[in-house]
Formats: sequence, C-alpha cells, structure tokens
Amino acid sequence: MKPIEDSDLHAYVDGVMEPARRIEVEAWLARHPADAARVSAWAGQNRLLHEQLDGVLNEAVPPRLLAAAAGTSSLWRQLGRMAAGLSMVGLAGLIGYGVGVRSTPKIVTVAALPRAAAIAHAVYVPEQRHPVEVTASETAHLVKWLSKRLDRKLQAPDFTAVGFELLGGRLLSGENGPVALLMYQDDGGRRVTLYVRREGDDRAVFGPSFSYAVEDGVGVFYWLDGASGYALSGNLDKKTLLGLAILAYRQLADG
Amino acid sequence: MRFDHQLLEHIPRLRRYARALTGDAVRADDLVQDTLERAWRKQRLWQRGSNLRAWLFTVMHNVHANQQRAAAHGEEVDYMALNLAGPDSSVEESVGVRDLLRGIAQLPLEMREVLLLVGLEQFSYKEAAKMLNIPLGTVMSRLSRARERLRAWQEARPGSAMLKVVR
Repeated sequence: MKPIEDSDLHAYVDGVMEPARRIEVEAWLARHPADAARVSAWAGQNRLLHEQLDGVLNEAVPPRLLAAAAGTSSLWRQLGRMAAGLSMVGLAGLIGYGVGVRSTPKIVTVAALPRAAAIAHAVYVPEQRHPVEVTASETAHLVKWLSKRLDRKLQAPDFTAVGFELLGGRLLSGENGPVALLMYQDDGGRRVTLYVRREGDDRAVFGPSFSYAVEDGVGVFYWLDGASGYALSGNLDKKTLLGLAILAYRQLADG
Repeated sequence: MRFDHQLLEHIPRLRRYARALTGDAVRADDLVQDTLERAWRKQRLWQRGSNLRAWLFTVMHNVHANQQRAAAHGEEVDYMALNLAGPDSSVEESVGVRDLLRGIAQLPLEMREVLLLVGLEQFSYKEAAKMLNIPLGTVMSRLSRARERLRAWQEARPGSAMLKVVR
C-alpha cells in the first residue's frame, strides 16, 4: 500500500478518489485519530460553506446582471446618460422592458425605485442655476406643496448634523403619480437627493428595510415605509450614504 | 444555444462564489457584472463545446485579480463593519455575512480562491489549477494551508456555530 499523504486526505474529503484507495484511507483514519479529526473538520468546512452560501443561488437575479448577461449593459449605461432628454416614466419602463425583467410586477416596481431615483439624481444634481424649483428659504411652503401633491404628510429630513444643508426641492412625475425630490449639499459641494413616491398600500406588510443599489455609478439606499417609497441617492461612499439614509428614515418615521 | 441564454444559467453560481470571495453582496454583484461584460467582449476566446462554467470562473478570477492590483494602493473599505452598522438587522445585506465568511475573510486571497473553487464550487484540483494558472502542486498546498488555517480559526472560537458541526 502506498503511504497515505495529505493529498489523499483532501481527495477523500472532496470525494475525488478511487474506491480502492478510499478503503485504504478509511482504514488509516480508523487508526489515526489526529488525521481523522482534521478530515472531519475539513468536511465540516465544506458543509458550512454550502449551508451559508447556497441561499444565494435562490435569490432573484438583479436586473443589471440580466442586462450584462444579455450583452446590453453598455446600452443600458448609455440610456442612463441619455436620461436628461427623456421622461422618467418612459425611460424606466423602457429599461425594465429592455433587460427582460422576469420577476413579478410588484418586484419590478420596487426594483424600479432605485433606478428612477438614480436617474432623477443624475439629471438634477449637475444643475448649477436651477437645481430645485423651490429653495430652502421657503421650506414651509415647499413641504406643504409637496405634501399636498403627493397626498401624504411629507417632511424634509434635517441632515445638518452631518454637514448637509437642504437646497430645496421639486416635483417630478413618476409611474405611480407625483414624486418629490429634495436636494441637499455639503460644504464641499457634494449633493444628495431624497426621492419620495407613493407606493401601493399593500407594501406596508413588508415593513421598512434598507436596500442598496448602484445605478450608473450613483449609490442608492432605498426603503419602503407604509405607502411611501424612499430613495436616497448620492456619489458618496456607502457608509456616509447609509448614515444619511438612517437619519432620514428615523426622522420620517417619527413624523 | 445562444450565448446570452447560456450566460444566464451560470449567474447564480457566479454570484455565490463572488459573495464568498468578497464577503459583500454589492461588491459581489459588481464583480459578476464586470465578469459578464468581459465574457461578452472575450466571447471568441471561449471554445464552443468546452466547459463554459469553468471559463467564466477563469474570467472572474482575472477580473478580480486586476481589480485587486488596481486597488492595491487605494483605500480598503471595511465592508464587514459597514454591514453591521445598520439599524438593527434591517440592512438586508447583513444577511449572509456569518461566521464562516469571517473566517474565510482572514485567509489570503490566493488561499481563499482555492478553498472556494474546490470546497464550494466543486471544481477538480486540475480545473482549479488551470483557472488560476498555477501548478497542481500549488493548488494542493494552498488548499491544505487554507483548510488548516480555517480550522485553527474555528478552534479559537469555541462558541461559534461551526464547532458544533465540526465535532
């Protein structure tokens, strides 16, 4: 019999071994408890890897990966850049159709939230002269106006604690009706936008939970709370953006 | 079968491997997206009839290695810490970041790759050697070191869930 080496023990764990050799390895392990313990630990690692990661196999594939598999990523990215010239609604619909989203309509709608928010962000943030329709000097009016148009009580979260001041806001049209877009800016000129839209009332059952997406280089944290969908977008590092999203979530939930 | 339909089939397993490799759901999907885009550009290099899955994992390895080199001087964000910074457990990404992934994150990338290609993706040692462009003996020594390091890491954490399984 050839001596048992480490490579045999690994092959045994990985199940790539001739049956005859397998019997020899098992006989060896019966007489060598230290090797048996190693083999058992390694096999346990393989099992744990599957236990902890196989769930990924059942997750819905994000639209951007479907687009990449279809070879339409670059087109999709171009569309994102063209957004300035097109209506938000039409574009979101076009992209959703173009990548062949095969999930249920509800999931498509939720997935469209960060995309629509990122597009709105990309369109309005570069504006120097007219980034907003109503400026922060008229915050009370702004909030009242947007609340009325969205038919729900809206607030402008306060981000001054982390260095972002409200610039103002504007009204957009989205697939579920009116959308509010609030814009904030810090001392360095970095801007973030909060996108608020109506959702179907049935979503309240899911409760609030944060999700993160990167759409054409814009990071978006989004969540659903009751019948409203929120998305905070910015070209910031994820941690800063998450901090802002949490602030917004808490203030909006308190209101 | 059309190339795009074939690619679709492999997305779930590419995502699983990328998740384990990067420890972060968003970075993992970024890596998968880059891989699929590169696969389209390099489509001619894949020989029809040969194992597409193995080829895609090779592409992913190359994309990731390039990104690692590019980021070598950049700032490395602690995604693990970030994932735990959310309010309660409501940050969805924290799902999937569990004990063993932390242990795997301690391993040098070259060991992590071999461990995952063999232990999770069940490629043969030979296939792994070809993908990583290293000799078979190197695959075996990296696999051995990876498993032993991980075992030491596990044993240093007697309260962790994995020891129950190991014993």
